[in-house]
Amino acid sequence: MQDVAIVGVGQSIFSRKCGVSIGELCFEAYTEAMEGLDITNSDIDASIICSAPEYDKQRSPAGLISEYLRLTPKPSFYIETVCSSSSTGLRVGWSLIKAGLHRVVAVVGFQKMSDLTSREAAERMSRGGDIIWESPFGITMPAGYAMYARAHMAKYGTTEEQLAKIRVKNSHYGAANPKATYRKELSLDDILGSEVITSPLKKFDCCANADGASCIIIASGDIAKRVTNIPIWIMGLGAATDTMTMSGRESLTGLRCAQEAARQAYEMAGVGPEDIDVAEVHDCFTIAELMAYEDLGFAKAGEGTELIDGKETYVDGKKPVNVDGGLLSKGHPIGATGGSQIRTIINQLRGQAGEIQVQGAEIGLVHNIGGVGQYGNVTILRR
Amino acid sequence: MSFENFGVVSFTTETKASDFLGYLEKGKVMATRCRRCGTNYFPPRMDCPKCVGSDVEWFEIKGNGRLVTYTVVNYGPTGFEEDAPYTLGIADFDGVRVFGRLSKGLKESDIKPGMGVKVLPAKLPGGRIGYEFQKV
Repeated sequence: MQDVAIVGVGQSIFSRKCGVSIGELCFEAYTEAMEGLDITNSDIDASIICSAPEYDKQRSPAGLISEYLRLTPKPSFYIETVCSSSSTGLRVGWSLIKAGLHRVVAVVGFQKMSDLTSREAAERMSRGGDIIWESPFGITMPAGYAMYARAHMAKYGTTEEQLAKIRVKNSHYGAANPKATYRKELSLDDILGSEVITSPLKKFDCCANADGASCIIIASGDIAKRVTNIPIWIMGLGAATDTMTMSGRESLTGLRCAQEAARQAYEMAGVGPEDIDVAEVHDCFTIAELMAYEDLGFAKAGEGTELIDGKETYVDGKKPVNVDGGLLSKGHPIGATGGSQIRTIINQLRGQAGEIQVQGAEIGLVHNIGGVGQYGNVTILRR
Repeated sequence: MSFENFGVVSFTTETKASDFLGYLEKGKVMATRCRRCGTNYFPPRMDCPKCVGSDVEWFEIKGNGRLVTYTVVNYGPTGFEEDAPYTLGIADFDGVRVFGRLSKGLKESDIKPGMGVKVLPAKLPGGRIGYEFQKV
């Protein structure tokens, strides 16, 4: 069976309000992904369109996006695992190529959160938990992660200041990312002094909704070598789930879906956490990045704080993580986020990451989570 | 009493486990247990995916549990705006984990993961009903 490579990646500028249509937003990502590739849209055998449907105004967006990118009459369909939709799209695309059904597949993720009023968005947010048993109590996404944060603090002595240090790092790199929504450096005091949203998480512990799109072009090995000078190989794919109910979680100090997805991805790739040169993790909240350090095996359970205290997850540290600013700086256009994380790692492995380049990076990892730890995807890529 | 009146805002009403509300009215917070394989369920469910059967019985969540974690929510979603701040938490009752609210009377400084709690039905405004954790 053929190996599968990523040959093109792109993302739109992420912003609070893009002012364009979802087709136009996706086109911006698609244009960057196709740049320099020796293929045209007629070489793309199928398109996988990823978003979170409750935020879409357009019904069945795959139809609209595939038309706008002129990928008709080839097959196009929709994939959703909330915030990890485009990583799931990559997994499905990989399997289509591996099975020999297609040779080139485009995975397009998008979300136009500004199509909804903040009241409409808050209404959607209220239905993110089990709507019979947990939503009637007023559970929210931030509240779910806040309960993980509180449990982590109680078990390991993690402090609010240590969580804030993660945002300090990510805001530092976000300031240099021309495609990020938030490009302002934040100090520890800015973060610790921001208003409490859901204790212990404060405003700057949380990422914000954004508009944006991402695009990944994947191809079978023979085609990949022909159409690009630097194919990046998909070495490991892990995917797992956890309960939707918070009461069903066996652990509240780490995400089981991430731990299991990581185990699968490492096994498939034949590498371990020590082999990862650069990683993108799903930092929808500061606590989420801290748990990712531990769930991915970059640190032992309860010792993730040592990585941030020692600045080991900065570009020149032992294990650079989210050196593009992460979701905390880029903003979080749900369906586009995984593709944006993959784009960052591809640019790192190609040696084209500019100021944030991790020298000699050969193996990269993407950790992309849907919901409050409901869906976990871990992807390992190699130059 | 049906699920229309459960919690601050209800989103759907139909479940085979709607007897839960009748028990709440009588002062009991209940879970279910599979008669065949003994698996406990909270939220209660009338179907057991473990042994793929539907032979379950109700049992009461009694006595003291332990608070696993909590958060004070300052910004509620639609329908909860007036309700915030409120405190959500998860408590463990001999291995049965329950998600819910902490009693409104508790200040954050009085709340600590690990503390003892019991779970009791709670009357809510507008003739609604839920349950809450109280510190013991």
